[in-house]
Amino acid sequence: MSQTYRPDTPEQVADLITWALAESTPLALRGHGTKAALGRPTNTSHALDLSGIAGIVDYAPEELVMTARAGTSMAEVRAALDAAGQMLAFEPPDWRPLLGQPHGPADPPGTLGGLVACNLAGSRRISAGAARDHVLGIAGVSGRGEAFRSGGRVVKNVTGFDLSKLLTGSMGTLAALTELSLKTVPRPETSATVLVLGLDAADAVQAMTRALGSSHEVSGAAHLPAAMAARSAVAAIAGDGRAITALRVEGPDPSVAWRCQALRTELTALGPTEALSHDDGAVLWGEVSDARLIADPADAVLWRLSVPPAQGARVLAAVRHGVGEGHLSGWQMDWGGGLLWLALAPTPEAHAGAVRDAVAHHGGGHATLIRAGADVRAHVPVFQPQPAPLAALSRRVTESFDPKGILSPGRMAEGR
Amino acid sequence: MRMPDPDTDVIARRARIARDLRRLVPDGSSNSPVGEGVIVDEDELRAYECDGLTAYRQPPLVVVLPSTTEQVSKVLRYCHDHGVKIVPRGAGTSLSGGALPLADAVTLGLGKFNRILDIDYDNRCVVAQPGVTNLGITQAVQARGFYYAPDPSSQIACSIGGNVAENAGGVHCLKYGLTTNNLLGLEMVLMTGEVVRLGGRHLDPGDLDLMGVVTGSEGLLGVITEVTVRILRGPETARAVLMGFPDTTAAADTVAAIIAQGIIPAGLEMMDRPAIHAAEDFVHADYPLDVEALLICELDGPEAEVDHLIERVAAIAHDNRVVSLRASADDAERALFWAGRKAAFPAVGRISPDYLCMDGSIPRQALPRVLQRMTEMSRRYGLRVANVFHAGDGNLHPLILFDANVSDELERAEAFGADILRLCVAVGGVLTGEHGVGVEKRDLMYTMFTETDMAHQQRLKCAFDPGQFLNPGKVFPTLHRCAELGRMRVSGGAVPFPDIPRF
Ligand SMILES: Cc1cc2nc3c(=O)[nH]c(=O)nc-3n(C[C@H](O)[C@H](O)[C@H](O)COP(=O)(O)OP(=O)(O)OC[C@H]3O[C@@H](n4cnc5c(N)ncnc54)[C@H](O)[C@@H]3O)c2cc1C
Repeated sequence: MSQTYRPDTPEQVADLITWALAESTPLALRGHGTKAALGRPTNTSHALDLSGIAGIVDYAPEELVMTARAGTSMAEVRAALDAAGQMLAFEPPDWRPLLGQPHGPADPPGTLGGLVACNLAGSRRISAGAARDHVLGIAGVSGRGEAFRSGGRVVKNVTGFDLSKLLTGSMGTLAALTELSLKTVPRPETSATVLVLGLDAADAVQAMTRALGSSHEVSGAAHLPAAMAARSAVAAIAGDGRAITALRVEGPDPSVAWRCQALRTELTALGPTEALSHDDGAVLWGEVSDARLIADPADAVLWRLSVPPAQGARVLAAVRHGVGEGHLSGWQMDWGGGLLWLALAPTPEAHAGAVRDAVAHHGGGHATLIRAGADVRAHVPVFQPQPAPLAALSRRVTESFDPKGILSPGRMAEGR
Repeated sequence: MRMPDPDTDVIARRARIARDLRRLVPDGSSNSPVGEGVIVDEDELRAYECDGLTAYRQPPLVVVLPSTTEQVSKVLRYCHDHGVKIVPRGAGTSLSGGALPLADAVTLGLGKFNRILDIDYDNRCVVAQPGVTNLGITQAVQARGFYYAPDPSSQIACSIGGNVAENAGGVHCLKYGLTTNNLLGLEMVLMTGEVVRLGGRHLDPGDLDLMGVVTGSEGLLGVITEVTVRILRGPETARAVLMGFPDTTAAADTVAAIIAQGIIPAGLEMMDRPAIHAAEDFVHADYPLDVEALLICELDGPEAEVDHLIERVAAIAHDNRVVSLRASADDAERALFWAGRKAAFPAVGRISPDYLCMDGSIPRQALPRVLQRMTEMSRRYGLRVANVFHAGDGNLHPLILFDANVSDELERAEAFGADILRLCVAVGGVLTGEHGVGVEKRDLMYTMFTETDMAHQQRLKCAFDPGQFLNPGKVFPTLHRCAELGRMRVSGGAVPFPDIPRF
């Protein structure tokens, strides 16, 4: 019978994994389960729920570091950061709406460990890095049933291999995370968002490239085509009816005002510009980071492509051509064109060939199948397939932590 | 320092190995710039006998200087098949002995990999061979107003490949991140000769973050043959403030208050009295000499922002007993403020026959306590110490002054250094912030990690290099065979059913 185990201590996690090893019983790792539909479906009868290993252990705002147990709710993490006027710079997205999860105020928001295990980041990724750039230290229990640590609580640290980076984004395959130390940063005093209106994808990439190549420290560069922009909760955007290319600047008041004006002047040749207030901007960047506006229709398959930013429009055109007119139901660009979200009509192959060919022919990168039925995710590689020597290396790395394939086996690739 | 026992069989085969390697990496012809492929001459080998940690020296078995990825691949494959160890080497500026040769190992130098392969302004990145210097990247793009942010003090000499291997930092890393945060892609040759590419011009891995763990792996996982790094457009303006304090506590409090107010300077560096005096004597940066601690705080951005923040920093300093404060009026003056800090190591080198450069990291708030304890230790060991810090991120560089010609001074300096690092760990910090473990801190690893922690790191090494041919004797205090590390004792039924809440 299928069981969910919910240990309260890291010692219990180690006991459980040791038991699972002895019984050759693979475990599916989870926090609140908000991202359970990410990755390949695992063939496991039991689940290891880590949300009981919870609580902030140490948060010293003046040291810019928070240490928390991996199962700590993101609501608790956010509340503590808010109280100190700080944030996680990588702008953790909330993918619950996208993944069809309940996302009301009372619903579980996801755990810190889940966020780190998936290495998620929002729009500020282009200037501040991803989750992996902010994890300073990690404690976990590997697939050998052994508790171990890596890293520490300080920003500068090269003592031994940086296992924190490897475990970040490992989707529960290498180790059950039990404790994390993350870098925190002060919230910017204010922000402003410049909108360039009515650009097509190619011109949008040009505008974003220009802005990101300027000295204005742009911390968000995204593009929504008209059909997506119309869905925005920001009245000024939805009401306008045109596509928007959005560029965010953050910092002290005088600096933001100056940079906002400078960007408008520099981009005016490309199209008409508007400026969004800090509050409207916050709504927009939330929508973009969470990819909320492309979530509908719920049966569309969703791809997330990371490509060289200046290639964004070309990759998009190649996908549109490859999947055939009418199959692309929605899209948006973030990270200056480097992050392409695509909503495609559902098919058994999820258009994987066309999507991955488009990436391969335009400078490389990777395509991840974020949303599709479990049957599709079971046979279409969810993560970018690797060349043979690299795939073999990845497998050896996984086996070095989890030799018996006990932890979420098959979540990342067949057999690991 | 004990290194693994040299393999006498390999040493006996030296001539043969050199001949075979020469076939794989021939000398360039006299009209080609490629130069010598393999070095065996004892005098020439001496140039490679140490890196920046000059207390340890060992001429390599031979040196091989490939110029293409294909040659690197062939050399590694050959050495793999013939049981020969490899020590990768960039510019040899490591301060932890990472590139220290072994008597039975081939030193693989990457000096000929010195070309910039592509400058891609639209994607804001540079593709370079690993032997290009750190500064070389900035120089290649500065005409267009761009730069590469991580700036180790050794930037005119150290290689970008060595930066990746050590995850090097610099004064600008407080705001712009370390090497690992500015690296987009790399090409690497595994010990088997297989070539893998990680990352590219896009962000984030599409699978496990192998690039993240290769960065800072000190030449133990593979040989890096190409890197892609992120470049940034330079700020519109940058100004630095030079602040003198009557004691280090006041300076440390100022650092804490700047950060607490949400200001992230582009650089925030501290020097103590001995370091100030040594630097001033060397570069004449017009540092105040009647203070116990000096802070250099650089702010960058639009003029409006920089002027605004300089006022705030000055106000914070005044609240914390600053006795002298000067803001740079122009770029020349700003460069002068930095000149002393950037030359601090060689400056100390002038006032002492020898020095050891330590590299611990601590939580910022522990700074006054650690400095106090260091002063006590200095008295106890009878050795002087000069301190420079990346104060903004808690990375200390105590320079221990000694004279290797005086009996037991090296041993005392090393013991003093080890005590400082133990202290760093005890206050919640780590053994090394940016210089790497190498051989220097190898035997201290257990002050920070358990056997199990270390075994997880070593098994990762085994996944990349099961024969442990790459840079043995570095980072790990004990060498275990991979088969032994991989063994697991689990017996079905022996573990009781776990007593854990179930649903
Ligand atoms: C005066 C001085 C100041 C310094 N200041 C700083 C500073 O501010 N910040 C800082 O971080 N460091 C500093 N350093 C240390 C040093 O410069 C850095 O660690 C640098 O990154 C080493 O680069 P390198 O090319 O000299 O590498 P090397 O010394 O040749 O090698 C270092 C390590 O990297 C490995 N390695 C080198 N190239 C490759 C490759 N292509 N593939 C795989 N492995 C490779 C070697 O095996 C070795 O383990 C300083 C050193 C000196 C002498």
